[in-house]
Amino acid sequence: MSTTVKDTALFGLVAVLLIGTGLIQGWNSALLILNMGLISAIMALGVNLQWGFAGLFNIGVMGFVALGGLAAVLVSTEPVPEAWQAGGLRIFAGLALGALTVVAAVMAQKRLEGRTKTIVTLVILVGGFFLYRAVFDPAKEAIEAVNPASTGNLGGLNLPILLSWPVGGLLAAGAAWIIGKTALGLRSDYLAIATLGIAEIIIAVMKNEDWLARGVKNVIGLDRPVPFEIDLQQDPVFVERAASVGLDPVLASTLYTKMAYAVLFTIVLLILLWLAQKALKSPWGRMMRAIRDNETAAEAMGKDVTKRHLQIFILGSAICGIAGAMMTTLDGQLTPGTYQPLRFTFLVWVMVIVGGSGNNFGAVLGGMLIWWLWVQVEPLGLGLMNILSSGLEDGSTLKERMIESAAHMRLLTMGLVLLLVLRFSPRGLIPER
Amino acid sequence: MDFLNAIVAFANFVFVPGLAYGAQLAIGALGVTLIYGILRFSNFAHGDTMAFGTAITILVTTALTGLGITFGPLPTALLALPVGIGATILLLLGIDRGVYKFYRDQKASPVILVIVSMGVMFVMNGIVRFIIGVRDINFADGERFIITAREFRDMTGLQEGLAIKTTQAITVVVAFIVMALLFWFLNKTRTGKSMRAFSDNEDLALLSGINPDWVVKVTWMIVAALATTAGVLYGLDKSFKAFTYFQLLLPIFAAAIVGGLGNPLGAIAGGFVIAFSEVTITYAWKKVLTYLLPESLEPDGLVQLLSTDYKFAVSFAILIIVLLFKPTGLFKGQSV
Repeated sequence: MSTTVKDTALFGLVAVLLIGTGLIQGWNSALLILNMGLISAIMALGVNLQWGFAGLFNIGVMGFVALGGLAAVLVSTEPVPEAWQAGGLRIFAGLALGALTVVAAVMAQKRLEGRTKTIVTLVILVGGFFLYRAVFDPAKEAIEAVNPASTGNLGGLNLPILLSWPVGGLLAAGAAWIIGKTALGLRSDYLAIATLGIAEIIIAVMKNEDWLARGVKNVIGLDRPVPFEIDLQQDPVFVERAASVGLDPVLASTLYTKMAYAVLFTIVLLILLWLAQKALKSPWGRMMRAIRDNETAAEAMGKDVTKRHLQIFILGSAICGIAGAMMTTLDGQLTPGTYQPLRFTFLVWVMVIVGGSGNNFGAVLGGMLIWWLWVQVEPLGLGLMNILSSGLEDGSTLKERMIESAAHMRLLTMGLVLLLVLRFSPRGLIPER
Repeated sequence: MDFLNAIVAFANFVFVPGLAYGAQLAIGALGVTLIYGILRFSNFAHGDTMAFGTAITILVTTALTGLGITFGPLPTALLALPVGIGATILLLLGIDRGVYKFYRDQKASPVILVIVSMGVMFVMNGIVRFIIGVRDINFADGERFIITAREFRDMTGLQEGLAIKTTQAITVVVAFIVMALLFWFLNKTRTGKSMRAFSDNEDLALLSGINPDWVVKVTWMIVAALATTAGVLYGLDKSFKAFTYFQLLLPIFAAAIVGGLGNPLGAIAGGFVIAFSEVTITYAWKKVLTYLLPESLEPDGLVQLLSTDYKFAVSFAILIIVLLFKPTGLFKGQSV
């Protein structure tokens, strides 16, 4: 079987799974899975860029995805003028002071020598920290006191939410630059721990800094790039059209909005996939893979390994940020409490490894396939447990236990899938070519 | 008198909790560092190994208390601990046979083993949820305190009280025993010496007739014992929740790396460094400072450097600082 036929067949399988879901569980569920599958595919593309192209072990995907979500809030929500008046400028002055402290400390580290270096750096850091707290804390309190039940934050820029997708990418890229500057060049597993830590810190900041995006009080009711179902249902033209294809307006409107999202997401995915393919086949892509396969040799050929690593680390993280902004747009809300590393970091890794690291189409396939599995494992497991326990009498502890445990099937299944693929097809379903 | 009060407040809120937490991290980090030294990869499933051992221990504890067996003033979980360790040993040996051995025989690169351990992490996480669910479980029983704050105040006449929980004392004592045993084993026994030789130079160790399969097996057994002990101590001191154990991975790794990966002594030092930094930086110093400073200088705020929610940031910052200035850790660790 030629490789093209095999690849097409695999994507065909995804299509069959989705259509099957539509026929059995309804088209709304199928479209829901498709939409998150598309977003997952984009995240997988980003990780594939870092791991597949360059061999960078980034397990802080969750942090970049969350930053994308933050961008969605900061771009689309309405500004809160009272909060800006209460402490808007002061809070930015505080942040600027903090940044200045770090820059000054880094400068001192670079310029000075010996004992003066240590002392000056310490003085700058300690002094800067207290100065920063002195300016920042009152401003923060003032902002969070403004109408805390509904806002309590600075609000956003009131721009179309579609704009937040590239902004999410930029925000993630900025964070990646800072992280890359400090942590790249460390050994692979140190980088892993560092990124894992950064992701936790980003989530902690988003949970606690209420002035930014309300923290765990969540931001709900975000703007949407597609029409609201309720508006469609009241639009006579739409109702008439729905009737002409024999659909009831409620169902038609929900399907319509989900389809609209699917179209938007597909466009973004196709653009990114096209760019990633271009990059892979360009001299730049070949250089990246050369660095991945043998850093020393690449360095001997005059390639600046650290700089190239930084570059691809930023690019990959930016893609994860875009995906994060898209996800928050789709959800219509930002809930920092729901970001969990197993779901947002390690699951994306399973997607990349199963799909085939180093191959963009593999990453996309892995994203769609694993997401479908992630959603469907629970109902499938429940069905399985129902069949297995059908011989037992109702109300027995074992039966209840078995049915209860179906809810925990997900992680187990994902682990088994990852281990099986690594063992029997270590290069993934669509291997690198 | 004020000075004494300050010291007691410091001991009560910073020193004692930090000591217990540090001991827990140190035992956890010892497991990570041993795997790194002998098997040469960072084991991401370590947090979930701890959770598994603790889950089994909790089940046995419940069974024992159900039968009316308790350990007097000490928590029953200590009686159940050997069973938990045994179950974890079986699980880890099984996983090694079924999963890791294949890659070891292939001489796969460390990063592949790390990814494999990610798969194992998922599976273990699933198993733990099957066994015990996702609830928060408190399984400490017996006497809660060795000395309560009120007793201490009555005894000494100071304003501040010093409370020492039984679990904190047990943690420190058990940690001391575990570390002494481990170092005795590594330095005095034949198997321990062969483990160190294997860690220092695999080729030379193989050449001198050390059986690698045996070394690997013993390593997993020790790691199982360490992980379960660390998990049970942490659970006794705080409470058990599968997800918290997964999150412990970060401070544990930070401890192991700060001390120098592959160096057991470093893991212990790293554990205490991380624990004390976390506690001191997230503690509100107002109380201690109020006793120490003259009235005119008394602080208005809480004098808390960072809110407790940022404790990850502390382990992380220390990790980065140490890595930037001393890449092999405080004690010389291995570098690959």
